[in-house]
Amino acid sequence: MRPAFSLIVFTTLSGLGFGLAAIIGLGLITAPTAFWWLVYNGVALALIGAGVVSSTMHLGHPERAWRAMTQWRSSWLSREGVLAALTTILLFGFAVDGYMNGAPNFVLGVAVAILSLVTIWCTAMIYASLKTVARWFHPLTPFMFVGYALAGGLIAAVTMDAMANGDASVLTQPALLALLSAAVVAVLWSKQAGAEGSGSTPESATGLGALGPVRMLMPPHSEENWLQHEMGFVVARKHADTLRKISLGLAIVLPGLALLAAASSPVALVLAALIHIAGVMVSRWLFFAEAKHTVTLYYGQRH
Amino acid sequence: MTDMPPPSDVKLGLVIDLDICVGCQACVVNCKEWNTAGYGAPLSDVNAYGDNPVGSWLNRVHTFEAGTGKDARVVHFPKSCLHCEDAPCVPVCPTGASYKRAEDGIVLVNEDWCIGCGLCAWSCPYGAREMDPAEGVMKKCTLCVDRIYNETLEEEDQIPACVRTCPTSARHFGDLGDPNSDVSKLVAERGGFDLMPEQDTKPVNKYLPPRPRQAEIEEDGPVDLVALANTQTNEGAGFWSWLDKTLDRLQ
Repeated sequence: MRPAFSLIVFTTLSGLGFGLAAIIGLGLITAPTAFWWLVYNGVALALIGAGVVSSTMHLGHPERAWRAMTQWRSSWLSREGVLAALTTILLFGFAVDGYMNGAPNFVLGVAVAILSLVTIWCTAMIYASLKTVARWFHPLTPFMFVGYALAGGLIAAVTMDAMANGDASVLTQPALLALLSAAVVAVLWSKQAGAEGSGSTPESATGLGALGPVRMLMPPHSEENWLQHEMGFVVARKHADTLRKISLGLAIVLPGLALLAAASSPVALVLAALIHIAGVMVSRWLFFAEAKHTVTLYYGQRH
Repeated sequence: MTDMPPPSDVKLGLVIDLDICVGCQACVVNCKEWNTAGYGAPLSDVNAYGDNPVGSWLNRVHTFEAGTGKDARVVHFPKSCLHCEDAPCVPVCPTGASYKRAEDGIVLVNEDWCIGCGLCAWSCPYGAREMDPAEGVMKKCTLCVDRIYNETLEEEDQIPACVRTCPTSARHFGDLGDPNSDVSKLVAERGGFDLMPEQDTKPVNKYLPPRPRQAEIEEDGPVDLVALANTQTNEGAGFWSWLDKTLDRLQ
């Protein structure tokens, strides 16, 4: 599948934003002043907003994006849209309410946290529900998304907590644990997801298996068409293992080292957070680039 | 709504005969010709006369080689939307633009609602949907819904454009929900099959397999064309044979 930059940014930043929203909603970081309260919530809202804006750049008709809210009964993409909007509005209300009253509302906060996690789950299910892409159609896919979102949210929370309170955050250990869990899930996912293939072959795709093995003799058109451009992406495959190591190094190892060695240094933590984002983006790039779609069976590929 | 309608009694679709398709691409061209002027936005092409032309088409003819050795054969393979009973492209649509008609099972896109997210095309195992490069909406086979019910056309034209134009009658149109229809009988007679049944989409369109080879050809092996040519020129009669022999003598 073609790794569209808009979708890499969308899943990375909105995942991180909702992960942070969950941490703030549960009251796990405390703001020493009203200013810092607004910064915490503002950063979460900005990350979510940047992700959502990026996702609409993927559309042929962004001006009709509101229509995507209507089919929540059947479509994971629609559910994601509805929940993202609802959670963002609730988070905004939670932030304003906390600012006005000088203390966060517990019930609202828990609602924000739960809805944030469900939204990330829905984002992942857009991909995990597609039977045509064996790499995505796996029960671990949503856990991988939530794992990265919570780890990223905790790194962002630890960073802002250290800046606001001038000392290492109490969440430093939980953030390390979240990074470790995210790494375990990501590695398990990459080893297992799609390992058995889609179950489809050029023989089943053409129904000609009874005659023997099926090979493409001539493509149906001389130039690459939209299907091949969108779903026949093969560029990254030979570098996949190297890129996977790079992504784990950037998303997990380097931020982990920063948390261990420099948990009270805001500069080191900001850098760690940025490196983490870069690492997750590399892993998302691979998420698309490595995924094989059954339509490529009609174009001479075997999975 | 993207909820699937209950299964309809009428299941309009195509039956494609892989035994006699010659890969002439006439169905591809006539499909494009009809549908660029009919239902919905035109089927655009970008850079049509340049180095790297792209465009949206609703029907493509692939060519495969199946089998090995002397049993290998070339099979031309037309592919368009299969109007699946459990069409995966319908429930994934976030806007309700992608829908399956309750009355005849045709899968269509409401282009005024389509946001061009492409998820329906991702969910289709067959590659039956293509994004229009100019319009930014999803295009797909409509089973020529603007022909088959169009009473202003002559009766013989009230069938999909691809079926109407096929010079070898490799494409058949009809109601596959009716076991007594011509297409259903054809499927039963010839052992029509589904593409990728393991994807659980229950396609309405069926494909008819190539017929087995004729037995005498398999036993005798390929015909010796050189011997055939020699016999014909040397053992004929009449003016051409006389000329042939005379020229031989002059050599």
